[in-house]
Amino acid sequence: MKVKYFAWVRERIGKAEETVEPPPSVRTVDDLIGWLAGRGETYAHAFETPRVIRAAIDHAHVKPDTVIAGAREIAFFPPMTGG
Amino acid sequence: MTAAMTIRIQEADFDIAQEISALTKGRTDIGAVVSFSGICRGTEGSETIAALTLEHYPEMAEAEIARHAEAAMSRWPLTGLSVIHRVGRIKPGENIVLVLTASQHRQAAFQAAEFLMDYLKANAPFWKREESADGASWVEAHHHDDAAAARWTKS
Repeated sequence: MKVKYFAWVRERIGKAEETVEPPPSVRTVDDLIGWLAGRGETYAHAFETPRVIRAAIDHAHVKPDTVIAGAREIAFFPPMTGG
Repeated sequence: MTAAMTIRIQEADFDIAQEISALTKGRTDIGAVVSFSGICRGTEGSETIAALTLEHYPEMAEAEIARHAEAAMSRWPLTGLSVIHRVGRIKPGENIVLVLTASQHRQAAFQAAEFLMDYLKANAPFWKREESADGASWVEAHHHDDAAAARWTKS
């Protein structure tokens, strides 16, 4: 699946997007955050406070317990500050 | 007549008078247009702001704004609405966002404009980065923006 990062999540990880293949044990958005956080120092820094991270699956907001099966694109970003 | 809906995300500035005219031109069924524009401030607390840079998630921003524009259309008797959000580097005094709502009567237009702005603030995927004398930093979200958006949720 394709993963995208925005704002300071993108800056901390050092890339805007990538394709990842998490193991089947990674079921939910929260699981994916935990798995990504284990990929290295930059990821650990980006996801150090999981509760502030917002997520979207295929361009719609989702909650941490949402199952990721079937997702084409998952995005992670900080709380929004537009308008 | 059908309701007109315009949604644009762009780097360029917009002309408010021109956008209002596009919404009302040739129509005699509109009695009220409400216009909200969000403008870049030159100060944040005691800090002087040199500029803002707005980042966004293009596909999602368009989908999310469209979803809420349609929600506004079905909730209030609107004859049209426009949402224009700028991205990129914006200096103090420049426009950031425009929301226009048109209706036969003012109440629907006022309420729909406020609904759209509250929603945009809390849920549309845009992020502001602020440049000041101390360097650049990401603007933190305000809890009161979430609360403002939540009050429109029907219980």
